[in-house]
Amino acid sequence: MAKYVVALASQIPPGQCKIVSAAGREIGVYNIDNAFYALVNRCPHEGAAVCRGDIVGRPDSDMPGTYRLIQRGEMVRCPWHGWLFEIKTGQSWCDSATRARSIPVVVETGEALTRGLFQAETVPVTVEDRYIVLEF
Amino acid sequence: MPAPLPGAIDCDLHIAVPQTRTLVPFLDEYWADHVRIRGVESQSYQMSSLPPRAPLSVRPDWQASDGALPGSHFGDLKSKVLDQFKLKFAVCNCIHGTQIMLSEDMSLAFCKATNDWLAKEWLDRDPRLRASIVVPAESPELAAEEIERVAIDRRFVQILMLAMGERPLGRRSYWPIYRAAEFHKLPIGIHAGSNYRHPPSSIGWPSYYLEDYVAQAQAFAAQLLSLVTEGVFVKFPELKIVMMESGVTWLPGTIWRADKTWRAVRFEVPWLHQAPGEVIRDHVRFTIQPFDAPSRREQLERLLEQLGSEDILLFSTDYPHWHFDGDDAVPDGLPDALVRKMLFDNPLMTYPRLSHTARDSLE
Repeated sequence: MAKYVVALASQIPPGQCKIVSAAGREIGVYNIDNAFYALVNRCPHEGAAVCRGDIVGRPDSDMPGTYRLIQRGEMVRCPWHGWLFEIKTGQSWCDSATRARSIPVVVETGEALTRGLFQAETVPVTVEDRYIVLEF
Repeated sequence: MPAPLPGAIDCDLHIAVPQTRTLVPFLDEYWADHVRIRGVESQSYQMSSLPPRAPLSVRPDWQASDGALPGSHFGDLKSKVLDQFKLKFAVCNCIHGTQIMLSEDMSLAFCKATNDWLAKEWLDRDPRLRASIVVPAESPELAAEEIERVAIDRRFVQILMLAMGERPLGRRSYWPIYRAAEFHKLPIGIHAGSNYRHPPSSIGWPSYYLEDYVAQAQAFAAQLLSLVTEGVFVKFPELKIVMMESGVTWLPGTIWRADKTWRAVRFEVPWLHQAPGEVIRDHVRFTIQPFDAPSRREQLERLLEQLGSEDILLFSTDYPHWHFDGDDAVPDGLPDALVRKMLFDNPLMTYPRLSHTARDSLE
């Protein structure tokens, strides 16, 4: 288990995704209402760069002919086959047995980071900023 | 092939209207007069999708005893099927061209007459007989009215529709039929056949009966997808569909393809919370004749595994159609437990009205 400082928190505004590298992997870091989540950028279905897909909601319905859009901004649609994944958990909406790999994210102050031990700081850390830290 | 065990339930056999004029006494005054004036009673109205002289349409030894239309004599049906196979019940399907007439009112009048004729001339003559309600399916509101009228007689256990009509059967315009069906615990029996408003194949009109008959399987697959994706089973969760004379070997491939595609495009049908295959296994049943099974036992075993359920097959003879000889109505190679479910348990689960006692059959 190691920690990777991958981005400034301010680089990822709400509703956006930034694709970063850590330990040789591409990872998509998402900001949903100022909370951060990360998914490995590899679709568990056929291996596409899932995090390059659109950030969307998902439709729901109790009855034919009725439509609701729920979880707006909380799903990513894989660019290859359209499978939807819940960004917060990696759970696929299209196949209950499938999950994209979710990576724990913490936001640390630069001050805290300068005191800790981190591998692969891909961004320079200054005391006054807040940083996205992945742990896996 | 083995013979069925005594006490089996035959879920698809056929009664033929001997002549259109047979139904005239059962029409009301207006329509009886109308059909006489127009000469309608002299038309045969045999459906061209089930030509009575085609080899598959009648087994040589199931020809009617006096040269009449096969399946038109009670005595034949009693001796050749009910007694011969020692059946407990037989669900009769009467398919006649008056059910697909373009005149909605005349079609309804004939459907009423057919249902009343079935009750009086067939069901009243043998306590083992049950029947499907015939309806003008392309006039769903009228069809629902007729279901309401006839459903009081609990010997009617199903509603009859054709595999190929004017529109895909999942469309909401048909829902009045399904609403009535669910309310009265009547499965919808979809039988092979077409009213030929469209070619029986999506690529156009075929030249030969062989093409027409085999294309029925594609129609059944398309209807199944329509019913599932339009959300008929979400709207009517108790509804059961029985596919008759559909065959079953097309089903695994259809389910695989539907399940796979549903995963990617389920956003367009958000009411469909289960994969199509699960919905089909919960709601749809298939009669066993004709069984389009592979010939080698290990292939058959694989097919049964792919079908994925012991609950979906229903025994049928499809009398008087010709799919087997002698008493060999049960396809070879089926496991005993499956055969028993097919002969007894599955029909009772599919047709709740079969479990009513004779006493409340005519409430």
